[in-house]
Amino acid sequence: MKTSPRYLTNVVSLDLDISKCTGCGICAMVCPHRVFLMKNKKSVIIERDRCMECGACEMNCKDQAITVNKGVGCAAAIINGYFKNTEPSCGCSTSCN
Amino acid sequence: MQKESINEIKAISSSWQFNDHIGAIKVRAALGRNNYQVASGLYKIGDPDSKSDVYVSANYKLSFDILRRNLKSINAWILVLDTKGINVWCAAGKGTFGTNELIKQIENSKLHAIVKHRRLIVPQLGAPGISAYKVKDQTGFKVKYGPVRASDIQPFLASGYKASETMRTVHFSIKDRLILTPVEISNSLLALLGVLILFFVLSGITPEGYSIKIAFMEGMKSSVYILAAYLSGAFITPVLLPWLPSRYFAAKGIITSGIVFSIMILTGVISNSFIQTIGWFFISISIASFLAMNFTGASTFTSLSGVKKEMRLFVPVQITLSVIGFLIIIISNFFLI
Repeated sequence: MKTSPRYLTNVVSLDLDISKCTGCGICAMVCPHRVFLMKNKKSVIIERDRCMECGACEMNCKDQAITVNKGVGCAAAIINGYFKNTEPSCGCSTSCN
Repeated sequence: MQKESINEIKAISSSWQFNDHIGAIKVRAALGRNNYQVASGLYKIGDPDSKSDVYVSANYKLSFDILRRNLKSINAWILVLDTKGINVWCAAGKGTFGTNELIKQIENSKLHAIVKHRRLIVPQLGAPGISAYKVKDQTGFKVKYGPVRASDIQPFLASGYKASETMRTVHFSIKDRLILTPVEISNSLLALLGVLILFFVLSGITPEGYSIKIAFMEGMKSSVYILAAYLSGAFITPVLLPWLPSRYFAAKGIITSGIVFSIMILTGVISNSFIQTIGWFFISISIASFLAMNFTGASTFTSLSGVKKEMRLFVPVQITLSVIGFLIIIISNFFLI
């Protein structure tokens, strides 16, 4: 299957508390980069470095088993936020398509 | 619901008119893309009834247009959220394509009365903003995440509302990257122009005072360097992205512009004193590195934590190199070396 290239290793803030997971599988469904896999009715992180911290899994996990520092991986947004003293935010007149 | 009020719902076609094509080209070139919107609310496509599916979309006109074009020969409802003219994925990241807005639009459009079923098809890339279980709790509507790309809707329906792994995964093909570079280039065009003018003006400073003739000659030369660095960082690096070494975008930019710069020197496209060449080398790689780093925002796989790490490492390098390069050029210009 075609995928995106991988970004940096060992840097993302994604965490999964397996004890809270009830195995609904929504995280594996909504993840745009196939980070999760369902094994024995539990979610497992199989591709941590592919995570882009979009937050879809955390947002849809009714068990609150997933935490991630959600944000945009966008240098222009970080610069924007730095000068405006806010969270990184793209004006979206910028790069996001 | 009474027939008359259903008739008031805006009907739209699945085919694109001339203006839709022109609009799509314009926003891809970053012309007037801040105001390319449709009104939020409920639309109908074809001849939907109370059993027809409801597709949720953003009010960025290109998102809406791509959805309706892919609903050809389908009778359906489209529920457009007010995302301030931003596409589904970006808006979901910001939260404007979000749980509360979806619930509000369900209520405003009286969707409970219009359809008998209780399911909504939400594009998968809307998931960072939508909490499916909260929508279910508060409205009774079950969110079904559809494919990432609207072009997969027909196969998604044919397989009984099942999106395959490929349909649920974001790719980043060379075609995607080519579509995105004009926006990047267009957005930094003003800065480019500013830098070019700055170098034209500075080039005229000589020990004997200001020379317009030298300003023009040297200015032309600096334009060649700067344009080459600009294209290396904002065009060549994005297009060749997966094949360039290093995971860091900023490093990829340095590599690309280093190669382009070397080719220009070796083939004699541009010649200069040794010291000036060194100065321009530093400036070129820092410009390209910065522009390549900015492409993280257009890419589909970079994380905030990752880009922060990349910036901590490379912004100091970019600033140092460009300042040193700039000083080398100014000083050597002044002493005519």
